Amino acid sequence: MSEILQKLWDNNILILGIWETVYMTFISAFFSYLLGLPLGVILCVTAKDGIRPIPWLNRILDLLVNIFRSIPFIILMVAMLPTAKFIVGTSLGNKAMIVTLVIAATPYVARMVESSIKEVDKGVIEAAQSMGAGSFRIITKVLIPEAKPSLTVGAVISLVTILGYSAMAGTIGGGGLGMIAVTYGYQRFNNDVIWICVALTIIVVQLIQEIGMRIARKTDKRTA
Amino acid sequence: MIELRNICKTYKNKKGEFTALRDVSLTVSDGEIFGIIGLSGAGKSTLVRCINYLEKPTSGQVIIDGSEVRKLGKKELLKLRQNIGMIFQGFNLLEQRTVLKNICFPLEIAGVPKPEAKQKARELLELVGLTDKETSYPSQLSGGQKQRVAIARALASDPKYLLCDEATSALDPDTTRSILELIREINRRLGVTVVVITHDMKVIDKICDRVAVMDNSVVTEIGAVTEVFSRPQSETAKKLILPELKISESITGSERIRIVYNGESSFTPVVANTILSSGVPLNILYAKTKDIDGKAYGELVLQLPDDSRAGEKVKSYLDTNGVNYSVLEGGADDVGDTAEAVG
Repeated sequence: MSEILQKLWDNNILILGIWETVYMTFISAFFSYLLGLPLGVILCVTAKDGIRPIPWLNRILDLLVNIFRSIPFIILMVAMLPTAKFIVGTSLGNKAMIVTLVIAATPYVARMVESSIKEVDKGVIEAAQSMGAGSFRIITKVLIPEAKPSLTVGAVISLVTILGYSAMAGTIGGGGLGMIAVTYGYQRFNNDVIWICVALTIIVVQLIQEIGMRIARKTDKRTA
Repeated sequence: MIELRNICKTYKNKKGEFTALRDVSLTVSDGEIFGIIGLSGAGKSTLVRCINYLEKPTSGQVIIDGSEVRKLGKKELLKLRQNIGMIFQGFNLLEQRTVLKNICFPLEIAGVPKPEAKQKARELLELVGLTDKETSYPSQLSGGQKQRVAIARALASDPKYLLCDEATSALDPDTTRSILELIREINRRLGVTVVVITHDMKVIDKICDRVAVMDNSVVTEIGAVTEVFSRPQSETAKKLILPELKISESITGSERIRIVYNGESSFTPVVANTILSSGVPLNILYAKTKDIDGKAYGELVLQLPDDSRAGEKVKSYLDTNGVNYSVLEGGADDVGDTAEAVG
């Protein structure tokens, strides 16, 4: 093992890096879903063939989501630093990175949620309507519960995407494995560190993927 | 009572207009099983959805128990729908809920407390004969079982009406029979008024009291099932009710007798009696009869032996017993236009 690697290990920097990556990813995902889930649902129900079509609102939200989705994350991240400073008081560190991650991931999550909700059988929605369920009840009792397995799969994909974003955030002042790879590896010409970070990232992604999919399968009553 | 008055429904899209219903009027009385039969695309599914306003008619009135649905507020409409259960061809159960929770669903919407809802759901499970499936999920059930759950669910809020949209079309004949029996039992026991949509005349034949025939966005005839079935007026009705009959069929041979059953008792063994009493061996060349409510409809073509005395014997027997027949002379004749024969 190279000297730097030994040092990183001894000082618990790698362990801390893993922890920071996981922590940033999950906190960002949490807030992204807090905003993205309602946004995705609104996108779905206000659509032309939705349960409550509101064309103007749908068009505006659709456009906004598309705009944010089309900006490459590395650019969006830098552009959002002033916003981060406004919200959490600093444009450096993990807190600031979480803000930029949430802004970048929310439109992505909204699209994932939208596509999951769209999969819900139209007939089941019609049945609920025939029983006298209003739009809100249909959302909370039919759309979201029926789409749960698909939403879970979507969450796993989103988590992995956000984890990727968080590594990029390491280049502009965020922590985690991305930061370690850049500052200790890339900038000091130490390929070992980069490879170790790559390997650790793969392990984290595998764990998220495996556990998430298992939950999705277990909770899906269609295959029970 | 459900009254539909001059219902029209037009869909508009970029390509133009499409008329699904044209001036449809009909009345469903309390306590009856009312059938709407038509080929696919006739507009019957749209019509049934106009009853609970899942489809809003372009014009015309839907009046349920005296109140016009168009004039109801949003909340009142939702309340009204709780009084109209509906079942579907595709069952439309919530896949992520157990059987019991599926049946509880309309009660949740109606705001019934949970223990009460569960109690009610269990009673309904017993009614549809699925007590042991309480904790199963829909994916673990057969088609017939799913429809039973859907029926229980539709009945949970004690509706006065039950709409069945091709409810048996996805089921095999045996299951169809048992589901139809269940629907009839619900009608008799609970007094639920039922509207049945189908393309299958057997469904109408089995459970309906009255029937409306739909074709190409309009209702072509309405009446008691026995009435419409024995005297179908419109081409559609004839096609639906006597689908297996060929309009014309040629039979050649010596002297023949054509007997037309026009609602005589189907329990009188006409042919057997004729043979026994006249001692003449008859040959059945063509037969197509249908039993509707214990009455026979249709026609029968018998070949007489070449011996003319035997023919006289047969005819005199038929005459004395008041059987309606006609003699077909030798040569080719068209038979089989039963739709007209029974009219």
